[in-house]
Amino acid sequence: METFVQLVVNGLGKGAVFALLALGFVIIFKATEVVNFAHGSLVLFGGYLVVTLRDSIGWAGAAIVGVVGAGLLALVVERLLLSRSKLADPFSLALLTIGVDVIVTEEIVRRLGVSLPFIGDAWDAKPIQVGGITLFRTHLVALVVATVLITLFFLAFRYSNWGIAMRAQAENKEAAALVGIRSGRVTATAWLVAGLLAGVAVLFIATQDFSGAGLSRGTHSIALAAFPAAILGGLDSTAGAVAGGITVGLVDALATHYVSFAFAKSAVFLVMLVVLVVRPSGLFGTRETTRV
Amino acid sequence: MSEIATKSPPEAPERAPSPKPRRDALWWVRKALWLVVLLVALALPLYLEAEWLKAGQYMMVGAVGAIGLTLLTGQAGQLSLAHAFFLLAGATAYTVLSGPTGDPELLGFGLDPLLALLGAVAISAVLGLAFAPVAGRLRGIYLGVASLSLVFLGLYFGQAAENLTGGTSTGRPPAEFSLFGFPFSNEGDLEILGVPIRETERVWYLFLALTVIAFLLARGAVGGRVGRAWRAVRDNEPAAAVMGVSVWRAKAGAFAVSSAYAGLAGVMTVLWFDLLKPDESEFGTYGINVSIAYLAMIIIGGLGSVPGALVGALLVNGLPQVLALYSTELGWSTGTGEHAFTPILISSFVYGAAIILVVLFEPGGLAAIGRRIAGRLSGKQRERNGS
Repeated sequence: METFVQLVVNGLGKGAVFALLALGFVIIFKATEVVNFAHGSLVLFGGYLVVTLRDSIGWAGAAIVGVVGAGLLALVVERLLLSRSKLADPFSLALLTIGVDVIVTEEIVRRLGVSLPFIGDAWDAKPIQVGGITLFRTHLVALVVATVLITLFFLAFRYSNWGIAMRAQAENKEAAALVGIRSGRVTATAWLVAGLLAGVAVLFIATQDFSGAGLSRGTHSIALAAFPAAILGGLDSTAGAVAGGITVGLVDALATHYVSFAFAKSAVFLVMLVVLVVRPSGLFGTRETTRV
Repeated sequence: MSEIATKSPPEAPERAPSPKPRRDALWWVRKALWLVVLLVALALPLYLEAEWLKAGQYMMVGAVGAIGLTLLTGQAGQLSLAHAFFLLAGATAYTVLSGPTGDPELLGFGLDPLLALLGAVAISAVLGLAFAPVAGRLRGIYLGVASLSLVFLGLYFGQAAENLTGGTSTGRPPAEFSLFGFPFSNEGDLEILGVPIRETERVWYLFLALTVIAFLLARGAVGGRVGRAWRAVRDNEPAAAVMGVSVWRAKAGAFAVSSAYAGLAGVMTVLWFDLLKPDESEFGTYGINVSIAYLAMIIIGGLGSVPGALVGALLVNGLPQVLALYSTELGWSTGTGEHAFTPILISSFVYGAAIILVVLFEPGGLAAIGRRIAGRLSGKQRERNGS
């Protein structure tokens, strides 16, 4: 029973991180209908900034720069590449992000070389004892941080002008433009927010507690698990992203313990396949309807 | 043979098929060019060093796989990131079917290599068909990510099924290929024009034959009824259904055909490496990076274009090989150590950038550029004929 509680808490912690990533996917998808295959490289970029800067300006400063840097990289990708090709269909633009992903990831992996630094200095490898159960501090902090950020996001999405503009654009792009919503600004901020969330996520992923592996190509693979998280919940549902993230985290934690570490990665994708067969647009996604 | 009509890009409207094949001068020029390419490919083993032939073989592996993917993603409009999985399936199936019987650790059926090759292609096709119920329900990006799950399943399977794959640490050698008793190895003396035809040269000819077959079959499918059905489903499913195309069959068929191609490319991969070795992580011979590389080939070549896939494969699979050979020949210090710009890294940059440029400036890829040049030429020619 104690192991089970421990596993569930770990799973929730991991799930919170995946939820941050999946939320980023969903925000970008809602604003632009583009699936961002470069999300993993945003994660790596944020982590890389932390690694290079923490010796000179301290971990906390480096972490902030990393988060902001990941956001800015997303913004640059959107402004420089995607906004220039408004005529291209979302499918081609998704392919374009693959190109971005390959370049950024390969360069960062080259720069990292054989060093695999852990970057969660403030919380990594400091377990907490709660009534006989050992809990990872990383997961608890991740849970708290993610809850705060996701709550803030939902409040902004519901009440702020930005959120209303974004929902309007997701609903009907032409109509939104007609009532004076600046489409470019909405998509740009969507990418910025998604990048910031990715920058936060990496602070928890490249830790001993979370993955047992430092910042490397493996971090990119872990970030890929946010894909099933976003798809599980439905690509155009923000609440679905959170539900999907939690599901992925729990499946990952339970499968790692009860089956094997190697199987856990596939288990996440298996669960997604099953959900997709039953509900082709995810749990909370809008069903595509076709007009003949 | 209205070649233009058969490979137009997604955005260009299909030209009405001309009732009579137009055999103007340009048609003959095209055929002649293909013949020259084939003759050069046939003659190359007589001139090139073994390591250059090896590089060329790797391009042909890519070509076969890319043709399969361009049929699925370009012609039938189904995004697939599962290509690496079917490569692994074909590779494993060939190795197991042709493997020696009686090994307590490794399963083998001791089949004739040709039968094993055909069996591997068939098994890959069946696996593709098995995924069809999922593929049939999903569209676009959902399908892309769902197919990604196959790569992860393949990774797990490769590690877990050690009696089939030999495990990640040692792997397992495949049986040498032989055709009706003729070995594709260094056995026996064979010479053409005084050049000994040994293993590398023989495998070159084998791969060339497989590539030509794959190419012609794909061109046939694209130009025929099947290809029309795929494009109809890609452009508008309800409209295709109304016109009497069985949407489900077209989609499942495209997946099966594409997986068969990937399976063949997988067989070629093990023959090329002379080893079947499952990956330890998502990044490897059958990993996500491979799926993405194949996608890069067909994007660069132009989605749906079979010759484009060929050129894309030359670029994406050829560049790292050629760079590696040049760097040793010219003494470049690309190095292999930490932070080094390895040939693989440089080619990743090149094809990453190529994808971005293609999507931004020429969504039809190299095929569209080629078509435009051909159009220019034929336009000029028509003027000349008119004058």
